[in-house]
Amino acid sequence: MYRYDQYDQQLAAERVAQFSDQVRRRLSGELSEDEFRILRLQNGLYHQVHGYMLRIAVPYGLMSAGQVRTIAQIARKYDRGYGHFTTRQNIQFNWIKLQDIPAIFAELARAELHANQTSGSCLRGITSDEFAGVARDEIVDPRPYAEILRQWSTFHPEFAYLPRKFKIAISGGGEDRAATGVHDIGLRVVKNGQGEVGFRVLVGGGLGRTPVVGTVISDFVPWQHALTYLESIVRVYNEYGRRDNAYKARIKILVKALGIEEFRRQVEADWEFTKGGAMTVTEDELKRVAAFFTPHDYAQLPAVDAGVERLQRENKAFANWLQRNVKPHKTPGYAVVLLSLKKPGVAPGDITADQLDAVAALSERYSFGEVRVTHMQNLVLADVRQSDLIELWQETAGLGLATPNIGLLTDVICCPGSDFCSLANARSIPLAQAVANRFDDFDYLHDIGDIELNISGCINACAHHHVGHIGILGVDKNGEDRYQVSIGGAQGNGIRLGQVIGSSFSAAETPEVIASLLDIYVRERHEGERFVDTVHRLGVQPFKEHVYKTATAVSLGLADEAAAHAESLVASYDDPYFSPRF
Amino acid sequence: MIIRNQAIVDDGWSVLRLNENDTPESVVVPSGKVIVPLKVWQAQRTQLQGRAEIGVWLNSDERAEELQGDLERFAVIAVNFPKFADGRGYSIANRLRVRLGYKGELRAIGDVLRDQMFYMKRVGFDAFAPRADKDIHEALKGLSDFSVCYQGSADEALPLFRRVQRGVVA
Repeated sequence: MYRYDQYDQQLAAERVAQFSDQVRRRLSGELSEDEFRILRLQNGLYHQVHGYMLRIAVPYGLMSAGQVRTIAQIARKYDRGYGHFTTRQNIQFNWIKLQDIPAIFAELARAELHANQTSGSCLRGITSDEFAGVARDEIVDPRPYAEILRQWSTFHPEFAYLPRKFKIAISGGGEDRAATGVHDIGLRVVKNGQGEVGFRVLVGGGLGRTPVVGTVISDFVPWQHALTYLESIVRVYNEYGRRDNAYKARIKILVKALGIEEFRRQVEADWEFTKGGAMTVTEDELKRVAAFFTPHDYAQLPAVDAGVERLQRENKAFANWLQRNVKPHKTPGYAVVLLSLKKPGVAPGDITADQLDAVAALSERYSFGEVRVTHMQNLVLADVRQSDLIELWQETAGLGLATPNIGLLTDVICCPGSDFCSLANARSIPLAQAVANRFDDFDYLHDIGDIELNISGCINACAHHHVGHIGILGVDKNGEDRYQVSIGGAQGNGIRLGQVIGSSFSAAETPEVIASLLDIYVRERHEGERFVDTVHRLGVQPFKEHVYKTATAVSLGLADEAAAHAESLVASYDDPYFSPRF
Repeated sequence: MIIRNQAIVDDGWSVLRLNENDTPESVVVPSGKVIVPLKVWQAQRTQLQGRAEIGVWLNSDERAEELQGDLERFAVIAVNFPKFADGRGYSIANRLRVRLGYKGELRAIGDVLRDQMFYMKRVGFDAFAPRADKDIHEALKGLSDFSVCYQGSADEALPLFRRVQRGVVA
């Protein structure tokens, strides 16, 4: 993976000094909160339910063992011993003290970590495919480009005060594992007829209040020209994006307002002046950066491991884990292993400091000392020998990281919700818990198979509910947490937005609504058909009818239970070690 | 006092801002070194272009291209930041410097604060009029926040990878 040189290190140190001084001036009153707010946001520091929340960047989801240990250390020293991995491959802490910021940032910089531009109206961190470099369907490894984009976007002087946040995702797989269609700019690394590498550029995608799937602005931008081309897109957005209404300030609104042809025309008119100029990426620079991402020193191994095959036949738990949590690797004899952060009873994406340390050690023993974060809030050890799988399974099971539910209903993608986030309208973590409790039969879950359940606590859609096969949106109705359900959303190459099935449900009803949806699926599915494919084949109507036919009964039966449930979930944040992990 | 070329200097210029009842056509431009709004320049250009020294300022919703062909006439061009979080001025500056090749003084006016000045310098501003309630000596420090930059911009066209030998895999 990429390692800092003296320039990266120098820049990181100067950033720490700059922000530490800004914190000092805030604490002394020299800076007003209005002036400070935008500065701290660009350093990943939000003001949330419990105080300051710090979002640390995990650029394109890749961390070294040492970096994982640093994060564990920060969790222990400065927070409450655990962190939360987000859908943008970052990690956040919720009880940070402003006074500790200089020390935290210095520790991060020493580990080549930072929190640059993880929030604020600026170019955000670049997200990417968690299987980059190891996926069998990979066309081009996106990581060198992601790192080049990271450097380009870091402290870009022209684009630090955009109308709104600006998210870029890049994927080099045959299958899109970075949800590029719902980003302000989505990049698919592709090859043209001559075998040259370039980018298919999507623009104006995004979720939130106005979900839009991005539109292709260019089918092929040669890699050398990526930075100048992106600069032109962002420049046109910076100049013309709306600044009068935060809800209409994302680039998707501008692209819709102008139309893609006009938007493209403006971008290309701007690009004419910079194309081929100094910001053109050189062969040498690509080669230099790509050298950090060359394939590991893989051993020559047999394609299958006899011991693994034997245990797979004999041990159902191991077989389940293999089936769900282990993915094929492009090198024979190796496998990609997902560590589930969705153990029932734990808030989705949460991990303790001890688990982080253990994962770091496992990565060193089994996977070249690297760990990845997925945008579905799990971890990946990407380069595991098949002959190590049994041992790794046992060790991760002992750590609570081997729940065999990757891609299943309980692998819930979930935002922090109103337990942590000031923007949220409703709680999302307790609903994820309720789902885990309601669907605790693994055989049933395996029978239902691949399904994505996304729970967002508000319209900002941090859990990407619009592209969930089942998407749940928390809304506040007269002080009560209610949940709106949509179905049929999908990410990947067939990305599409889900359709809302109707009026909202209570927290207690929602798991039953999911059960109703699954009933129809089980009744109607064709052999091998996923839930979402059945929804696409049949349309929303039969699902909707069944849910609302049973809903009245559900409401009556669950009314009392709901009241009891709400009471049992009252948060007790006075306890210094309280966590809504359950 | 303003900051020019990284130093605090006396400034003989005044910035003309239109009051509610003023119109660009009728407002009286005082004598001396005055930086007038773009609209006043456009409305009164016949009179103004005869002056020995005249400046013009653009608001964040105005276009650098409006000044194309006239750049030589101005001793100073200013860009107004109505609010420091309004980032359009950075692209205006970039266009003036990089696209239109403006070489004269480019001044940031309005809600100009220390913590934005480094980026302002990068996109081509070489003069700054920090907000009146701020200590200008403190503001000056903002210009030296960083010594390393990844990207090329107006102050340094070459990105880091074209300027130095970067580190390679150990």
